Amino acid sequence: MTTIEWLLADSPSSRMQARLGRSYRVFNALLRNPLAVIGALIVLLLIVMAAFAPWFATHSPIAGELSERLAAPSAAHWLGTDELGRDIWSRVVYGSRITLLIVALVAVLAAPAGLLIGAISGYFGGWTDRVMMGITDIFLSMPKLILALAFVAALGPGIENAIIAIAITSWPAYARIARAETLTIRNSEFIQAVQLQGASAARIIGRHILPLCSSSMIIRVTLDMAGIILTAAGLGFLGLGAQPPLPEWGAMISRGRAFILDQWWVATMPGFAIVIVSLGFCLLGDGLRDVLDPKQGGKQ
Amino acid sequence: MSAPLLDVANLRVTFPTLQGPIEVVRGISFTVGRERLGIVGESGSGKSMTGRAILRLVRSPGIVTADRLRLGDTGLLTATDAEMRTIRGRRISMIMQDPKFSLNPVMTIGAQIGEALTVHEKLPRRDVRRRVLEMLDAVRIRDPERVFSLYPHEVSGGMGQRVMIAMMLIPEPDLLIADEPTSALDVSVRTQVLQIIDDLITQKGMGLIFISHDLNLVSRFCDRILVMYGGQIVEECQAGKLDEAVHPYTRGLLASVPKLNETRAELPVLDRTSWSQA
Amino acid sequence: MNALSLRNLHVSYGETKVVNAISLDVVRGESFALVGESGSGKSTVLKAIAGLAPDWTGEISVFGKPRGKAFDRDFASTCQMVFQDPYGSLHPRQTVDAVLSEPLTIQRIGDQDARIKGVMASVGLDPRFRFRLPHQLSGGQRQRVAIARALMLEPKLLLLDEPTSALDVSVQAEILNLLKRLRQEKGLTYLLVTHDLPVVSFLCDRLAVMREGRIVETNTVDALKHGRMSNDYSSELIERSALPMGA
Repeated sequence: MTTIEWLLADSPSSRMQARLGRSYRVFNALLRNPLAVIGALIVLLLIVMAAFAPWFATHSPIAGELSERLAAPSAAHWLGTDELGRDIWSRVVYGSRITLLIVALVAVLAAPAGLLIGAISGYFGGWTDRVMMGITDIFLSMPKLILALAFVAALGPGIENAIIAIAITSWPAYARIARAETLTIRNSEFIQAVQLQGASAARIIGRHILPLCSSSMIIRVTLDMAGIILTAAGLGFLGLGAQPPLPEWGAMISRGRAFILDQWWVATMPGFAIVIVSLGFCLLGDGLRDVLDPKQGGKQ
Repeated sequence: MSAPLLDVANLRVTFPTLQGPIEVVRGISFTVGRERLGIVGESGSGKSMTGRAILRLVRSPGIVTADRLRLGDTGLLTATDAEMRTIRGRRISMIMQDPKFSLNPVMTIGAQIGEALTVHEKLPRRDVRRRVLEMLDAVRIRDPERVFSLYPHEVSGGMGQRVMIAMMLIPEPDLLIADEPTSALDVSVRTQVLQIIDDLITQKGMGLIFISHDLNLVSRFCDRILVMYGGQIVEECQAGKLDEAVHPYTRGLLASVPKLNETRAELPVLDRTSWSQA
Repeated sequence: MNALSLRNLHVSYGETKVVNAISLDVVRGESFALVGESGSGKSTVLKAIAGLAPDWTGEISVFGKPRGKAFDRDFASTCQMVFQDPYGSLHPRQTVDAVLSEPLTIQRIGDQDARIKGVMASVGLDPRFRFRLPHQLSGGQRQRVAIARALMLEPKLLLLDEPTSALDVSVQAEILNLLKRLRQEKGLTYLLVTHDLPVVSFLCDRLAVMREGRIVETNTVDALKHGRMSNDYSSELIERSALPMGA
């Protein structure tokens, strides 16, 4: 029996095999969607680049040679240099670390918080729901970037504070989704069945409701990544995110703005990086939705 | 016997899947005259797909092929989409299982039934209203004037299904396809709804294809029965002679239904292996 | 001792009263049917007993123990429920194994592997279905899983909510046979809710006919079989379910 046959077996013989088989099917379905594959490759490239930045970079991202300031793209400097003579390619490569850090931390902070708040709110209903959703709505009603700006202004500029600000502004959307999903699941018979077995509310939410919300959450978070990257870049552009000399893409664009007419590459190259990575997350998110969406996948 | 209303020969419905094409209807042939034909089968037998194929309502990627699929002189497989639209409703109507999903929730019942009429005939407003009220009366809705202006969620399941029947029969089609028209209804309402369908069919001399999983119901209600299993017709018989059915599947189905004065300690269970490979 | 007794049970959903002053005794080991049309309140009675319709007044006691309004762990191991829709009653992302091990984990019962194997065998599920997801099972197999789940905690009282009405007739026969056999083997008490009188005739000993939230008649299934029901409405129900269509 080959590995693939083992993975696709109709009657798996252990929990492990069943779980791996399911992941393999999702993976396979994703592979059949060319746009999703492109998205996944871009995201993978971002991760590899961030992990092995020193190997990809040709120069130091921080130290520059003033004799070579604002050099055009060439064999020595693939994407040119900036006003301090720093190699833009190397800065973009190291910048992927910051972007990935922001994206990962926001996902780790905001998504589970939103998921949990939404699920609790939806499961208990009544006053719990009204209070929690009231708070959520207050956050939702404020423009994301402005709110993030206000937080950063209050907490002081810096990458950590930018991440916290973005996380604080993005959980309410996840809470709303999780609540809506929970409301449709809450009264289903399979939940009633575990209630009858004497399961606690925490167990029902944790083991039975959250797993069903999680796929729509993964899709939503992936699709939101582009927005998060843009918000982070926006904060960086305004000088409220990562501080110099950190090679953050938004801050790089901001610096390049002064030379945009004569030395276009200084602002354009990090701009390309932002566009490509955002697009990658969007494509991957769309692909994941086709594969994971319970409204389509449940019937197969 | 006069020329049949509907003539079907070697009808096949195929769905391509990752594991290769799956045939859900596997080459069935039958004709329907001005009579009540029952198609009986369990889930997955292809009975509903047959009904949908006749109206060309099989969703893509499903593929319908047939040697012959004719309604009177019209070839249903070769008709254009525009022609199909006039055939649906005007010449063949279909009643679905659950009225809740088939009625538009934001239109009044009167307007919906009226629309079925005005799509096919140009009639002055007052005539439409009169015809709709007559039709509501014909499906034994007690207070047609009141029901005319109600919305679908304001009526019960049984009444909803009667509204559906009114809507489907008002353009006076030649053939009615009823797919499990009563299985969402209570027993008491069920009999009444069937009675209404029956009366209207006989009155207007229409043909009926009654699709159901309930062998006993179909045998009481239809003239002729086709039993489907695995996409094929395994048995065809006169409704009154159901107890003379020969195919083991039909006999098994009949035996497995509990009776009101049940004395068997155990119900016989179908052994599918003997014929399912056929 | 009665397996179940209801005294003066009223159940409401919000403002509407669905069940009105019902009293009922189900003897231990008996199979009792609640019969009626939709809207008669028969399913609501079941839900109130199970704890899924908390807005009730009156008295519900199971094996002599009065039932409170909350879900509790002890109650879970005396009374379980099988739902109508085998498609909606199984978690779409959980394997059969996960569904069956959950009650054991909740009740902190060990020896899960052997218990799951045992229950699967007794409901006639092949061991190779153990790690399948619901969408890889047929309707009949799903209902077997639902029955197995209800049996995991070895309850003595099973509440059956139209357990076969969503199934094909040939599959219905298999499930009815299974329920009948399980009752004998495990000495179970059934409270069955259905609109299908022939099913009652096959599976039950006594029945109560409900109409508009009240019980109009309680009688033996023998009376049902031989047409000796006393109430007009019950006789009407029987007539309808056996009615030949006049052409």
